[in-house]
Amino acid sequence: MAYSDKVVDHYNNPRNVGTLDKSAQEVGTGLVGAPECGDVMRLQIRVNPETQVIEEAKFKTFGCGSAIASSSLATEWIQGRTVEDALAIKNTDIVKELSLPPVKIHCSVLAEDAIRAAIGDWKKKNGVAETAPAAATSAH
Amino acid sequence: MSTVVSNVEVPAGVKLPIYMDNHATSPLDPRVLEAMMPYLTNKFGNAASRNHAFGWEAEAAVDTAREQIAKLIGATAKEIIFTSGATESNNLAIKGIAEMYRERGNHIITQVTEHKAVLDTCKRLEKYGYRVTYLPVKADGLIDIEDLKRAMDDKTILVSIMYANNEIGVIQPIREIGALCHEKGVIFHTDAVQAVGKVPVNVIADNIDVLSLSGHKLYGPKGVGALYVRRRNPRVQIAAQIDGGGHERGMRSGTLNVPGIVGLGKAAEIAQQEMEKEAKYLVSLRDRLKAKLESELDYIHVNGSWEHRLPGNLNMSFVYVEGESLLMGINDVAVSSGSACTSATLEPSYVLKALGLGDDVAHSSIRFGLGRFNTEAEVDYVAAKVIDIVKHLRELSPLYEMVKEGIDLTKIEWQAH
Repeated sequence: MAYSDKVVDHYNNPRNVGTLDKSAQEVGTGLVGAPECGDVMRLQIRVNPETQVIEEAKFKTFGCGSAIASSSLATEWIQGRTVEDALAIKNTDIVKELSLPPVKIHCSVLAEDAIRAAIGDWKKKNGVAETAPAAATSAH
Repeated sequence: MSTVVSNVEVPAGVKLPIYMDNHATSPLDPRVLEAMMPYLTNKFGNAASRNHAFGWEAEAAVDTAREQIAKLIGATAKEIIFTSGATESNNLAIKGIAEMYRERGNHIITQVTEHKAVLDTCKRLEKYGYRVTYLPVKADGLIDIEDLKRAMDDKTILVSIMYANNEIGVIQPIREIGALCHEKGVIFHTDAVQAVGKVPVNVIADNIDVLSLSGHKLYGPKGVGALYVRRRNPRVQIAAQIDGGGHERGMRSGTLNVPGIVGLGKAAEIAQQEMEKEAKYLVSLRDRLKAKLESELDYIHVNGSWEHRLPGNLNMSFVYVEGESLLMGINDVAVSSGSACTSATLEPSYVLKALGLGDDVAHSSIRFGLGRFNTEAEVDYVAAKVIDIVKHLRELSPLYEMVKEGIDLTKIEWQAH
C-alpha cells in the first residue's frame, strides 16, 4: 500500500509521543481499541483548570502507520484548543488531512474516539458535566 | 512519495530493495532462463505436432523436463502431468480424485492450515455432497497422527495434507501420514509446493500418491506446475477437469507450455544438484538472522515448530508492534506479514490463528523467506533495520509500555471495534 507523504512524515517523526501522569487531577486519559483488532491508541491531555485549554497532549499507539499518523495528528490539533473546541474535531477532518484510503478510515475513527475518551475522563475526574451527548461515532 | 528514514547503514554490495519473500515467489535463476530462451524464440513447436521436426523438438524438450522433475521427487517420467501451476494441480488432484472415486466414498480429510487452493477446493466439493474433515494443528503447526487416524472412516477416499506450510514453513509428518493412508487404502495427496527442491522429497519413501508442485517457487518460471500421479501400488486415477485434445494422457488437455516446462525441468535439475549445499546455506542465514534479532529485542518469538521447518523460513512475532507498521518501516526489504492490515479481508492470518496464537500476536508477525540469492550482508542489513524499527515502534506502543510496567494486558477490558 502506498502511504501519503503526511502519513509517512508522522510515522517517521511522530509528534508528542509520551506519557502523562494519569493519576494527576488535570490529566485525562483515553485508551481505545483492542490488541486483537490490531490497534490500540492511548491519548492523554493536560488541561488548564482555569481556561479549559488543553496545554499538553501525548499519545502512544500500537497499530498500522495510518493509526500512528492519525493519533499523532490528533495530539497536534488538540493542543492549544479548549476541550469543547477539541470535541469539534471529526474523523473526516483527519481522513482529509492525511489522505487516508477507505480501508484506513477506521484509524481516524479511533483517533476521534481517543480524543473523546481522554476529554471524557478529564471531565469525570473534574466534575465537569458533559455539555451535550457526544455525537455517536460511526460503528467500526 | 517520501520514504521512511532509518539510520541503518547499507553495507557495501547490498542493493536495495532486498527480496526476502521467497515463499511468495522466487526469482528466475539465470540458468533456467538460458534453458528456456530457445523455446521462447526459434524452437516454438507444439509438442503435440507428431508429423514434423518442430513438434518433435518440442516433445523431446518436454520429455527431458519430465525426466528432470521425476528424478527430483523419486518418480517416473510417465507419472508427471504438466499444469499451469500448483493451484491447478491442487484443483485437479482433489476434484479429479473426488469424482473418480465417488462410488467408493465421499469423505475427504485435510487440515486447517492448508493453502486456499486446497481449502476452497474442498469447500466447493462440500456443496456437491462430499464430506470434508478439517483437522486441527497443534501449537507447533503440525497435525496429530492420532487425529488423522480417528477421522478416517470407511467412506474416506482422500487425505490431502501439505508437505510444508507457506507461512510458517513447518514440515508435516508426511511419511507417517502416507503410511497410514496406504494401510487404510486411502489416496494421499500432498501440496508440496514449498518443499520440492528445498528438502528431500521422495514419493516412494514418503508414501505419496499424488503431489502438487510449482515452477516459480523453485527459481523457475511462473505459469507452470506439475502433478505427480502414482501409476503403481496403488495406481491412482484422476478424472480430467479440463477437457479438450486429450493431452497429458487425457488428464489435462491444453497445448503444453513448452518454454515453461523446459524452465521447470531445468529448475528441478538445479535444485536436485544444489539442494544439500543450499539448505545448509539457508539454515546458516536463517539462524544468523534469528540470533541477531534475539540479541537485541525482547518479546519476540518464532511461530511454528523450529525443528520441523524449511531451511529458508523464519516466521516471527514482534509482540506489541503491529505488523503493517513494521513493514512500513522496512519498506526497502520485501517480506510479508500475518497482520490483518496487510490482507484484503482485514482478518489476521488463519494459519497463525490455527496455532492458537491470539489475534494480537498474529498481527505482529513477519515472514522472512530466505532464498538462493540472499547474502549474509543482506541478512545483516535486514536484522539491523528490523531491530531499529521495532525499537522505534515500541517507543510508540502503549502495550509495550504497559507490559514493562507489569500490567497484565489480558486483564484490561478492551473495547473491541
